[in-house]
Amino acid sequence: MRETFIASATELLADPRTTIVLADISADAFAPAARRYPDRVVNVGIREQLMMGVAGGLALTGQRPIVHSYAPFLVERAYEQIKLDLDHQGVGAVLVSVGASYDRAAAGRTHLSPADVSLLDTLHGWTVHVPGHPDEVPELLRSVVCGRDSAYLRLSTQRNSRPYGGDGALKVVRDAGPGAALLVAVGPVLDAALAAVADLPVTVAYTHRPRPFDTAGLRALAGTEVILVEPYLAGTSARVVSEALADRPHRLLSLGVGRSELRRYGTAEDHTRWHGLDADGLRRSVDGFLRVPSALG
Amino acid sequence: MTITTATAPPVPGPVAAPLERLRAGREFGPNVYSTIDVLWVLYDRVLRITPQTLADPERDRFLLSKGHAVAGYYAVLAAKGFVPADWLDDQGGPDSRLGDHPDRLLVPGVEIGSGSLGHGLGLGVGTALGLRAQGRTDPRVYVLLGDAELDEGSNHEAIAYAGATGLTNLTAIVVDNRSASHGWPGGVASRFTVNGWSAATVDGRDHEALHAALTGHDQHRPHVVVAVVENGE
Repeated sequence: MRETFIASATELLADPRTTIVLADISADAFAPAARRYPDRVVNVGIREQLMMGVAGGLALTGQRPIVHSYAPFLVERAYEQIKLDLDHQGVGAVLVSVGASYDRAAAGRTHLSPADVSLLDTLHGWTVHVPGHPDEVPELLRSVVCGRDSAYLRLSTQRNSRPYGGDGALKVVRDAGPGAALLVAVGPVLDAALAAVADLPVTVAYTHRPRPFDTAGLRALAGTEVILVEPYLAGTSARVVSEALADRPHRLLSLGVGRSELRRYGTAEDHTRWHGLDADGLRRSVDGFLRVPSALG
Repeated sequence: MTITTATAPPVPGPVAAPLERLRAGREFGPNVYSTIDVLWVLYDRVLRITPQTLADPERDRFLLSKGHAVAGYYAVLAAKGFVPADWLDDQGGPDSRLGDHPDRLLVPGVEIGSGSLGHGLGLGVGTALGLRAQGRTDPRVYVLLGDAELDEGSNHEAIAYAGATGLTNLTAIVVDNRSASHGWPGGVASRFTVNGWSAATVDGRDHEALHAALTGHDQHRPHVVVAVVENGE
């Protein structure tokens, strides 16, 4: 997804408003673009506060900043700059991260940021895209760069076997019929989710856009049981789903990355398994969740 | 024990009435009086901006980074016609547009909302870069900070970058009232000059000296004006 992003962002520089702001990460990959557009590919060095402040200042002049770095450095390190230099000034930027959750598991805690979507969710009016396949990236990037509001594009080395695209509305990938439990998979967790419930009466819907969450689609599809599978902090979208279904008796299972620091290296696949986000782990959680009513009944 | 207006330092003539109306019997701290001269010289003689050119992309930009120095700022904006005089009543009240820190979405002429220290210079660098990307070589970006505000590391990210890249359309103004807890041995200006900025250190009450310093930039590098004001004046 990173390579696709770099190619797409470079193309978007054809618009004189587009300005890419970097803090050394991916600077080499953007070097050709920087040679062609020296005033609109800005590498501030390893200075994340300045990176976000510069984005705010650029936006104040009418430029459209694309700010890019590793997820923890982009979203967590200079959070107050996101809150004040963008939101409080009433201007927007497009933030694009790589290194989602535990993509670089062997790098350890410093390079993990499963809380990024949750953190941005404390702010108002952000669009968040979590593409599940590299081919989904160009259109998502183009759509948010063409807007004026703030957006976060969360790129990952995790991916589904094929792109599902769509406009962000919940897209039914597998329909188990009326009354079935609904599983909503966000971005690259879809393949594992489909495998996990392949032989269960569970409808599976996909979205790459957890914010704004498609609450209308959710209300149309949801029965009594809702299962959320997100590739970042577990429960990130629980608030949104609970509010959307507040007038209905329902049960919600929120799956995602755990809060505790595992303090283990390994691969992204290892962490997927440890957080129960592989097909086997998801199946265990879903079985436990769906067993409850019959046990009571 | 009460500090009265009789003991407050004199302020530029046109600012006196709006400042007094804004004060409404309250006491103002020294930081209000330490900043008011440089604000007045900027708006009266340096900045190319008027209430009629607020949205002109060719205007100069003034970014108040030390957002708590707001009383003099509002008074100067009122004196220059950016905000109506009756807005000066009830600052910080439930229906007031004038808070204890300025909000760009509420006050005409305010370029940034500030209050948390260390945000203005980064925003100023971005503004300068945006103007440069648009080929606008006339407008200049002025950012006003305090010497204590320089404690925030974000400023040093901006100082180093602006100097290294020769950002010529940027002027930082540091009102130095010696309020940084640990001081700046060797002087405030040295933090900038070592990074390639030009610098002028002047008496922050001396309008002629301020004017010369605020217009003393060259075409090759960013410029800093250190306006020294004795604390407690």
